[in-house]
Amino acid sequence: MTERNDSGVPDRVMLWLDQRTGAARVLRTALRKVFPDHWSFLLGEIALFCFVILLATGTFMTFFYVPSAAPVTYEGPYAPLQGQEVSAAFDSVMHLSFEVQAGLLMRQIHHWSALTFVAVVVLHLARVFFTGAFRRPRELNWLVGFGLLVLALAEGFTGYSLPDDLLSGTGARILYSVLLSVPFIGPWLASLAFGGEFPTDAIIPRLFVLHVLFLPALVIGAITVHIALLVLHKHTQYRSPLAREDNVVGRYFWPGQVFLSTGLFFLTAAVLAIIGGLFQINPIWLYGPFDASVVASPAQPDWYVGWLDGSLRIFPPFEPVILGLTIPSVFVPGIVLPGVLFTIVALWPFIEAWMSKDRADHHLLDDPWDHPVRFATGLAILTIFGVLTLAGGNDVLAFYFGTDVHALTILFRWMSLILPVVVWVVAWRFARARSSGGPSAGAGELGDEVRRAGIGVRRNPAGGFEEVEP
Amino acid sequence: MSERAAERLVLLLFAAAFLAGIALLVVYLLGGQTQVEGVLLMICLGGIGAGIVTWAHNLMPTRIHIEPRGSVATTPKEMRRFEDALTEEAGFSRRKLLIGGLLGAVGGLGAALAIPVFSLGPAPGRSLFETSWREGASLAPNAGTPEALADMPIGGVFTVFPDGDASDPNSATLLIRVEPELLELDPTAAEWAPDGYVAYSKICTHAGCPVGLYRASQHTLICPCHQSEFDVLRGAQPISGPAARPLPQLPIARRADGTFVALGGFSEPVGPSFWNMTWD
Repeated sequence: MTERNDSGVPDRVMLWLDQRTGAARVLRTALRKVFPDHWSFLLGEIALFCFVILLATGTFMTFFYVPSAAPVTYEGPYAPLQGQEVSAAFDSVMHLSFEVQAGLLMRQIHHWSALTFVAVVVLHLARVFFTGAFRRPRELNWLVGFGLLVLALAEGFTGYSLPDDLLSGTGARILYSVLLSVPFIGPWLASLAFGGEFPTDAIIPRLFVLHVLFLPALVIGAITVHIALLVLHKHTQYRSPLAREDNVVGRYFWPGQVFLSTGLFFLTAAVLAIIGGLFQINPIWLYGPFDASVVASPAQPDWYVGWLDGSLRIFPPFEPVILGLTIPSVFVPGIVLPGVLFTIVALWPFIEAWMSKDRADHHLLDDPWDHPVRFATGLAILTIFGVLTLAGGNDVLAFYFGTDVHALTILFRWMSLILPVVVWVVAWRFARARSSGGPSAGAGELGDEVRRAGIGVRRNPAGGFEEVEP
Repeated sequence: MSERAAERLVLLLFAAAFLAGIALLVVYLLGGQTQVEGVLLMICLGGIGAGIVTWAHNLMPTRIHIEPRGSVATTPKEMRRFEDALTEEAGFSRRKLLIGGLLGAVGGLGAALAIPVFSLGPAPGRSLFETSWREGASLAPNAGTPEALADMPIGGVFTVFPDGDASDPNSATLLIRVEPELLELDPTAAEWAPDGYVAYSKICTHAGCPVGLYRASQHTLICPCHQSEFDVLRGAQPISGPAARPLPQLPIARRADGTFVALGGFSEPVGPSFWNMTWD
């Protein structure tokens, strides 16, 4: 490459770098990596972009946030709270929101990005689930992705608690109660996690370290592994005339895919910027500072915790004493139910392989209804989460519909049992009817694109290229 | 779209982004305004994004390429060589005892690592069974005087602490006044309700939220977190929602001057349940 790269500064830099790292060879391979094209493959990318925006806005906020429960007197410009005793953490978030220029914008973009991040992670997971992209050889990456979901939820919860307002303190208290309900070691666990009996001054600094250091480090590590495995396995692809189990059909990483992804990053950031600018979120000055003996009503968590709150709300009052041991009323809805649901999701690749006896490699994606049991189970699990999320707002729903919250709770109890079963059966029958002909091999979107372009290029085993007619 | 038109559109989008960026700076220098900043930031980022995407869609090759894909698995022969490298060359198969010793040593290190973990919080001990209520403590609102409670109307409710000291939030207690003849308490609890005043722990027995709402017309306490409802007239028994245990009642008596005094602490743990709460 010396003879071609001896002019121009960028080439000289590249040459210098290459002689020390061999980067050009690696980059050439990377630039020619083939990316199948489908809108649903962009969900994971959007999740990554949300995380980047979270890191950027979050780093800005750490320069102003004070992780301390120490009492101070609020003396900022927000008149209704002037002279009131608040924690240093609450005071610093008030300062960031009212006195730091563009501080409120950064805070609101951060919060909206967090809500979007979890939402897009869930959509991405659903895409991977319903298309069967988790099958061998990608089970490990499914587990890494599942870990990322759990980390995203933990990031959301720890961040939610940092402003130390009345609402966030309530969330921390419920977490304490759930930890307390762990069999036998509960009191120890809760005490170690919170530094004593709730409420303690240790909560804010601990959540802060988890939120800005420990959890992001884990997320970055997991994303790295997630993408490394993606590169190793190469991308899955939808069925099309050209797509086969032993090839990848799509556009080159450079320049097409790089440009599209970069554009998508800016578009994601643009949407979050205008939402963060125009739509108020978490106005802590309306909630007021945390006070352990006061509570706000209605108390609503961020959307992704709603299902857990709903589970706690509609579980019947059940607290048996067996052999002198009390089974706390939050144990089943707060630990057993989420544990079982999440375990099923995490282990689904193995459960499905065990049920279908299909242990072959799969790189071609299914249509959702190609696999009735998977389709039905996925929708049933989503239904459970959906009903529980609605139940998490039973007081708000009761208010809007003018009904009794107690009646709604009973309704949700039955719905959470019946609806998933109904959805499972209906979805299963629908999928059976729809997929009776086996996996569809009709022209996919890619086939259309090939037809439109009129030509395709195949890389042959010798490394050369040959044209193919669609 | 012709190449010429696409080029013009991309340039236009980039120009919009540039102008929005400059405008954002001006708005900032003029003192800033969150909504305007959000809109301008959207135009700036969106212009760049839409420009790049338009460029990629209209001005870049849309050719489809096909790349072969093989199995990622190692061949059996290579696998054997890997195993050789891992164990045989290092002599691990002949050093079983040493490997066991090493694992044991690391296990010891694991035990040593428990030390920082146990430093994270105090042993729970009796703390969950006790509050700061003691025999002789006066009932008083946070930082208030016991006299503040003396002329509470029927249907009234106060959050009280021992001697008005709110430093232990788990001692938060609701003092409620109801018509005495409506109360249906068991004989012991009835003695703790002088003149229709009853005192219940404010910490919900479900998930520990403060039971913040009192519906005087129905004599029920409601927890806003998960909508548990407690019957004030019948020992704060749960009547709907997820809570399964009544709010513990504080034994109180009324002094001659109309103030209230605690006859002792709560007879059972306040707040959410835990497995060994009924063990001893």
